[in-house]
Amino acid sequence: MRKGVLRPGHIQLRVLDLEASIKHYVELLGLHETDRDEQGRVYLKAWSEVDKFSLVLREADEPGMDFMAFKVVDESTLASLTADIEAFGLEVTHKEAGDLKDCGRRVQFTAPSGHVFELYAEKAYTGKWGVEETNPEAWPRALRGMKAVRFDHCLLYGDELAKTYDLFVDVLGFYLAEQVLDPDGNRIAQFLTLSMKAHDIAFIQHEEKAKFHHASFYLETWEDILRAADLISMTNTSLDIGPTRHGITHGKTIYFFDPSGNRNEVFAGGDYMYPDHNPITWKAEDLGKAIFYHDRVLNERFLTVLT
Amino acid sequence: MSDYVITEQHSQQSFTCHQDEFVLKAMESNGLRSIAVGCRGGGCGVCRVKVISGSYECGRMSKAQVSTEQQQQGYALACRLKPTSDLLIECSPSPLAINGITGVTKAKQKHTEVIK
Repeated sequence: MRKGVLRPGHIQLRVLDLEASIKHYVELLGLHETDRDEQGRVYLKAWSEVDKFSLVLREADEPGMDFMAFKVVDESTLASLTADIEAFGLEVTHKEAGDLKDCGRRVQFTAPSGHVFELYAEKAYTGKWGVEETNPEAWPRALRGMKAVRFDHCLLYGDELAKTYDLFVDVLGFYLAEQVLDPDGNRIAQFLTLSMKAHDIAFIQHEEKAKFHHASFYLETWEDILRAADLISMTNTSLDIGPTRHGITHGKTIYFFDPSGNRNEVFAGGDYMYPDHNPITWKAEDLGKAIFYHDRVLNERFLTVLT
Repeated sequence: MSDYVITEQHSQQSFTCHQDEFVLKAMESNGLRSIAVGCRGGGCGVCRVKVISGSYECGRMSKAQVSTEQQQQGYALACRLKPTSDLLIECSPSPLAINGITGVTKAKQKHTEVIK
């Protein structure tokens, strides 16, 4: 049931070398730098996003994800969800408006999987980059690199998937789009959505908490994925796997790494969902095909390389 | 430009690495698999090695995978390791990276056992 959580809002990633990372996300992914703050953090967005930023980069000694945020419909929803999260048994931390530039107050909590999430209701509305709101052209002509359309979702690795499911479904109002079940019926992967998208957030069972698998950005077509692959070669960027297609979500995809080893995906297409759809189930014994539909074999690096 | 010989102790495989080239990239260029390849960006710890002998320089690496103390003891990520002499190295993946045997992999193993 909908609880007033709208959509993924932003992600803050730790990087080892800020300038190399900006070059990667701006020149290769095609994101736009929108601001910097006194802490040295850099704010970026993809062209079709209406709010000021969706990716924040912070230089640190170890890469990985600081937090992922979801936007909620309004301030009263933020207040009621905060109470619901506390009633679920989690501690919340309050971040004042302006702690992230031009973002309203945020409520942070740590999911049972170990990952830090946050909710917020307000962020500066800057509109789509390079197109007008009235009689907009199809796309801005000044786009670079892969021309990423939007930040789409994250895949995270951690334990306590069942409790994490309860938090996201019962408290935050996500619904289950796809799952992977082991032979004993345990859910070892859960793809959760707020929307018609096949996933807004996904989790895979892993012994260690709080690991980051990838941040994904949306492209329009398979041809765009091939073009992304060309750009990955042209720039000698570290390739993980692809271009290929997933079984789960059926998205067309390529995976690669940022200069600090954080995994990125760009993908196109894939299935749609409505809340009345039954979840799609993949068997763990067919996991090779579920993850990479063409190769149909498990790729050790995809399963084990994390930040 | 100088070329150095890198030898990995477990596999006894040797390959040539140019000055200013990362050891992991040189290994991949030589078509070898003596060191596991992960993110190639100093983040995941899969390609961690211990340098047993030789001199080298390192680019920035995740402190979660190689602490300052471990770096002083000769540990490094091969993807950030540049030789300044011939090197003898030994694979020593980060414990964090070894924990990367996921529930998914285990479920697969469990299924394989069921079939047996």
